[in-house]
Amino acid sequence: MIEDLIRGSLDHCVKCTICETHCPVSRATPLFPGPKYVGPQAERFRSGDVSPDDSLDYCSGCGICTQVCPQGVKVAEINSRARRTLKESRGIPLRDKIISRPTLSARLATPVAPVANWSLRNKLIRAAVEKTIGVHRRAPMPKFAGRTFQSWARKHDAPRLDRSVVYFHGCSTNFFEPDLGAKTVAVLEHNGFNVIAPRGQGCCGLPLQSNGLFDDATGYVERLVAKLAPYAREGYDIVATSTSCGLMLKREAYEILGMESDDLRVVSERMYDICEFLLDLQERGELETDLSPVPMKVPYHVPCQQRGHEMGKPAVDLFRLIPELQVVDTQRACCGIAGTYGLKKEKYDIAMEVGRHLFEDVTRMEPEVSVCDSETCRWQIEHGTRIRSVHPIELLHRSYEL
Amino acid sequence: MRDVLVMGMGTSGLVAALRCQEAGLKVTLLAKGVGSTHLAPGTIDVLGYDPELVENPSEALPRFADRNPEHPYARIGADVVARSLEWFSERFDGYRYTGSVDENFLLPTAIGSIKPSTLVPETLAAGDLRKGGRLLFVGLRQLKDFYPALTAQNVANAKTPSGADISARAVQIEPPISGEADVTGLALARKFDDPGFLDAVATQISALVDGDEAVGLPAVLGLRRPREVWEGLQEALGRPVFEIPGLPPSVPGVRLHEILVAQFESAGGRVVVGAEAVGADTEGDRVTAVRVAAAARIKPFVARHFVLATGGFGSGAIEMTSSWKVRENVFDLPVMGVPADGQRFSPRYFDRQPMGRAGIRIDDSLHPLDGSGRRLYANLTVVGACIAGSEAWREKSGEGISLSSGYKAATTVIEEAM
Repeated sequence: MIEDLIRGSLDHCVKCTICETHCPVSRATPLFPGPKYVGPQAERFRSGDVSPDDSLDYCSGCGICTQVCPQGVKVAEINSRARRTLKESRGIPLRDKIISRPTLSARLATPVAPVANWSLRNKLIRAAVEKTIGVHRRAPMPKFAGRTFQSWARKHDAPRLDRSVVYFHGCSTNFFEPDLGAKTVAVLEHNGFNVIAPRGQGCCGLPLQSNGLFDDATGYVERLVAKLAPYAREGYDIVATSTSCGLMLKREAYEILGMESDDLRVVSERMYDICEFLLDLQERGELETDLSPVPMKVPYHVPCQQRGHEMGKPAVDLFRLIPELQVVDTQRACCGIAGTYGLKKEKYDIAMEVGRHLFEDVTRMEPEVSVCDSETCRWQIEHGTRIRSVHPIELLHRSYEL
Repeated sequence: MRDVLVMGMGTSGLVAALRCQEAGLKVTLLAKGVGSTHLAPGTIDVLGYDPELVENPSEALPRFADRNPEHPYARIGADVVARSLEWFSERFDGYRYTGSVDENFLLPTAIGSIKPSTLVPETLAAGDLRKGGRLLFVGLRQLKDFYPALTAQNVANAKTPSGADISARAVQIEPPISGEADVTGLALARKFDDPGFLDAVATQISALVDGDEAVGLPAVLGLRRPREVWEGLQEALGRPVFEIPGLPPSVPGVRLHEILVAQFESAGGRVVVGAEAVGADTEGDRVTAVRVAAAARIKPFVARHFVLATGGFGSGAIEMTSSWKVRENVFDLPVMGVPADGQRFSPRYFDRQPMGRAGIRIDDSLHPLDGSGRRLYANLTVVGACIAGSEAWREKSGEGISLSSGYKAATTVIEEAM
């Protein structure tokens, strides 16, 4: 059924090349000829398990082609599904199986965070890792926090509030950025929401999906939505600070993995990106506006997966509420990382070239921080600029003086 | 609540959104995808044929509107068309537009035909063939969408009203590009933004020019800094240089789109791309909300005023089923002018195509009408290619209708909102 929907959209392609004009990868490398060529055109030559076009593997999966298509062709979805076929027919490398399971490595590393962090920054070890499994030696790696958001949440002394919202924090907030989770809770509580952070939230499966491991990804989604669905059925909204993981449950699990389940449906109907959720509050006149000046000029980058929510740039609209905060929308297409793409030995240089103009813009501004909604993008932007990159919530948290 | 929701981001939607936002209204610009600017040459063609070649649109327009009372220009008015052109020209500095409603340029197309255009990017203007001239068309070997010999031969044989002499010849250069699998115009435009690349191209061309020839290149002279590229090349060659728009992706169209979107966003406008308007909630003669398909849900967008700029058959805003049923997809507005069986299409492609005139009928303030001429919604205006009554490709009027209707819809909205 999903196959019909996606392949059916193929016939709407009028070869207008608008997707080509927006593709961040094809302009950075001749190895990827562009979304139209490997998508609606090459799809004509694919059937069943036959996928003749290797260049497809250089698509980063950013999804901009689908967003800008004026005819509604599911270019990115066509390519993601074809890549799975391609990768299965070639054999999926061990490297891709490892880097697509962040929770697994994070669970192992968190208790020994200092050692793990040291290893990930040790040049000899990284050179060996590059040689043996193919993760580029300079690819950006997040730091294990050594503690989890869940352990913080268990000890958190929550106020009693009238309304409740469920927080889908994702793996990265749990293992790498627990402070972001705490600040999100503070902002939501300040706006009168009791925050429920269900325990045992696993990975959403997005990295597995983008590496072609659809069966494993589907299992991850099933387990995750089973945890979240009871809350959705009770009528709670769910907010996500990981914009890509939120999108996975909103849309990609249907349109790329081809899943259909009741749990998934109720969860996706209730799933909101955190900035989308707060802006909706503001539109209804329910957002607290006791915002203090934040006299800074910061660059903001819209991550590709955030565009996939099809909701505009709610972070920019929220920033307009903060006095004295000047936000410059960089208007750049992509930072290059695309989840795990830029970690790979053969793709690191392409990813850095994709992000080059963004890094130059950010660096030129000499800001205290740059702002971006997606964690892997923030790590890549920090890697490309040596300037700290933060989630939009950080600025709201600062402005609320929480 | 937003003041205005504009659906569609081709020229008409961008213009309506930008004018309303700059008038102090809070505007959301919603688009299923990026609009038709990327497919169009980036010129504003107001009226090129009536049915003979139009040399002066301001003279021709009142006559044209009188003879075609169902045409969008009859609703918009020649004076508004002129004002919209002035407004448009003043928006651009750096990369500028040139021309006026009192004359049409005659510019060469990529296949060497001649096209009447009213406002054109400055970088195209030196290709004007009205006074004839000596032209050198330069192809870039890697660009497979532009054949200078074809252009030159057809241009040399072209007939202009003045009958002025045109001579044209073609040369091919090979710009320094390594490792490119497939070079589009846009890829080349990005390369021209690099001064070193421009210098290399200028050096190659200067060895080939002769006498007082003006130099025509495909429209790829820079994306982010086209004016500097164009001026730099003119200076290096010591002669006029002009661009010729070609196949999509249209670089002048992309420039136009990026400039207008940037102006709209910096004025505080909100852009939502990738979300399709799929229906509307109405109460009597008012639209209360438009339903929008975003990821995971259909969201109601509430606003006080709505502008329909979704396009015609080409964009899928108006659809025809295999049983010849025609439907406008957001408000289910009645589609007028659908010809009867047997009269829908002419067998010859470039003849008049009655089906092409089908669209939404509007009143003088661009509100949609039903079959009996009654206004359907008081807070909805209709702009651009979805308006009934034109055959833009024959008249060379598409961008003119888009610009002037977008401009006029904003006037209506601003008057009603303030």
